[in-house]
Amino acid sequence: MHISVTEPAAHHIENQLQKRGGGMGIRVGVRTSGCSGHAYVLEFVDSTEPDDRVFEEFGVKIVIDPKSLVYLDGTELDFVKEGLNEGFQFNNPNVKDECGCGESFTF
Amino acid sequence: MALLQISEPGQPVEHEHRIAVGIDLGTTHSLVAIVVNGEPQTLTDSENRPLLPSVVHFSENRVVEVGYQAQQKLTSDPLNTIASVKRLLGKNMAELQEQRTPYALSTSESGSPLIRTIAGDKSPVEISAEILKQLGTRAEQNLGDKLEGAVITVPAYFDDAQRQATKDAAQIAGIPLLRLLNEPTAAAVAYGLDQGAEGSIAVYDLGGGTFDISILSLEKGVFQVLSTGGDSALGGDDFDHLLSEWVLQESGYELPLTPQQSRVLLQVSRNAKEQLSEQEEITVELNTGKLQWQGQLNRAQFDEMLQPLIKRTLRATRKAVRDANMSPEQVQDVVLVGGSTRVPAVRAAVEDFFGQSPKQGIDPDRVVALGAAIQADTLIGNRSGDEMLLLDVNPLSLGIEIMGGMVEKIVPRNSTIPINRAQEFTTYKDGQTAMAVHVLQGEREMVKDCRSLARFELRGIPPMTAGAAKIQVSFKVDADGLLSVSARETSSSVESSVEVKPSYGLSENEITGMLQDSFAHAEEDKQARSLREVEVEASGLLDTLNAALKADGDALLSTTEQQQIAAAMDELTLALKSEDTKKVTNAMEYLNHQSSGFAQKRMDHSIREALAGRDLNEVERT
Repeated sequence: MHISVTEPAAHHIENQLQKRGGGMGIRVGVRTSGCSGHAYVLEFVDSTEPDDRVFEEFGVKIVIDPKSLVYLDGTELDFVKEGLNEGFQFNNPNVKDECGCGESFTF
Repeated sequence: MALLQISEPGQPVEHEHRIAVGIDLGTTHSLVAIVVNGEPQTLTDSENRPLLPSVVHFSENRVVEVGYQAQQKLTSDPLNTIASVKRLLGKNMAELQEQRTPYALSTSESGSPLIRTIAGDKSPVEISAEILKQLGTRAEQNLGDKLEGAVITVPAYFDDAQRQATKDAAQIAGIPLLRLLNEPTAAAVAYGLDQGAEGSIAVYDLGGGTFDISILSLEKGVFQVLSTGGDSALGGDDFDHLLSEWVLQESGYELPLTPQQSRVLLQVSRNAKEQLSEQEEITVELNTGKLQWQGQLNRAQFDEMLQPLIKRTLRATRKAVRDANMSPEQVQDVVLVGGSTRVPAVRAAVEDFFGQSPKQGIDPDRVVALGAAIQADTLIGNRSGDEMLLLDVNPLSLGIEIMGGMVEKIVPRNSTIPINRAQEFTTYKDGQTAMAVHVLQGEREMVKDCRSLARFELRGIPPMTAGAAKIQVSFKVDADGLLSVSARETSSSVESSVEVKPSYGLSENEITGMLQDSFAHAEEDKQARSLREVEVEASGLLDTLNAALKADGDALLSTTEQQQIAAAMDELTLALKSEDTKKVTNAMEYLNHQSSGFAQKRMDHSIREALAGRDLNEVERT
């Protein structure tokens, strides 16, 4: 099982961590919510849990809990610009459907 | 897909900041604090003073004064100026008479003690409420917004009656109480000990009127109270009393004193005590009316005087340490709370007992309020529950069973309690008038792998087509971990509910086991869930089609078309038996494809029906 990050994403994460002034990496995950079942979690990490898996790419650490990994296996975390808007995007091969608002998705 | 930004760990994404304060309702002083930008700070009055003396003055014209103004009247109007009311809270008449209260007491109709004042008989609860009201007003004035919640601290020693009295006071004061928190736990939180390494913490809290010793253990950020002890009638006030007895002895004045005189004496004694924390030797001076006296007192004399009281605190401390199955050396951190710990003799005694110097840096008068503010901030939802557990979390997810034997989680694991969560569900079949609500606990996806807590039924749902009913299922877990689940159909307001104690009968090991299981079975659970999801969808599709065919299959479809659909339906029925997600999905897609023409025809048909016999203007209007 594996999670990857693109170079722009890694670069941006590094910048954000520097700006924040601390943190060992970022945590990705899924939580149940939204209108069609699941939503992504993307947050800074200060400490890991015993069961966490840690992936490292382009020098940044991506932390994920074992349950979320099942849903995110093979996912690539990308950083994209869409017009004026920029942010992270999960390219997740496991996703079947997204809801209209783009907040949630199903497997 | 919406683009995401990185958020702070655990911070709720869509959440406005809500105003929640921590209140230290103390015997001599009370404080209110709030977390601003992640930092707790005490709120001050208009003159920049953080402390509010816990003194309430009642006057003839029903004006109630609280704090410094009231304190000034302690000597001039002692019977109508109530100090240290916390000592009277939740006590019965017999207990009150044992204490040396200078007030006139009376009994209410129900037998509870009241204090006679010029403004009428007042209960200790009402008087405490006046203090809380004042703090609430201070918070709202400082923050310019309405208070949404408060954590009020109580000595760990408080019994149920005293805790209930504190809750009642909050209610009378109109303070939305989130929870009562033990003072020592609040102090440990203020020192950030919850963030630190594992270990044990002793909190030595010597306030104005209460002494508390608590031994806490910290493991993986979770606090547990190992043991508590103390004395709810021992504190700095007693130091003052000792000093006044000394003054009386030295000066040769005869008891009894008038209430005024004893106030003056106590005030002088308190000043002397405070001075002795800074100076080695002081001059004590009585200078009111008939009381005229002057004498010298040094710190060594004072320390000697205090020894019996300090020994009492150490006795309770030793017992608490023993109750926690530890020795004093095993305690990793020692926290001092309460103004009386400024007395050098107290500090020295504690340091000597534990063989280490206690934590310093936070004002011992404010430390409890600051910790309570942090807890309030967490409870109201401004920060994540992961940062501070205090064992006041929901150890396992709570949810209900949905079609197909799956579990929909409503309250996620590690949510801080109290918590309220609601989710909307709907009916699965046309004309369904009842719904079974099966409450479950656990991390797994399927009902059979979770723990069943309760079942109840919601009846009397008005018959509607499948999916039209709106059933709101609310989960409420209160601060004591009591879960109540209610289901309500929103259009008809029919309602049904149940109460359970979710943690009942579950040991720490079982909880850990259930958690590990969810990790170990994550992959198969995901598969099982996807399979059940398509199965439910497929059965729903079959039901809908069956009903549609019955209604207008003959009218709208040729025999061949009907046969084609029937064949695809058989295929799906067969696929459902295979327990293969892919097969079911494919068969379902095929059936959808085969029946799309039929769906179109039905749509056209129903539109024609709706329009038949009406003129165009009429249709446009609707």
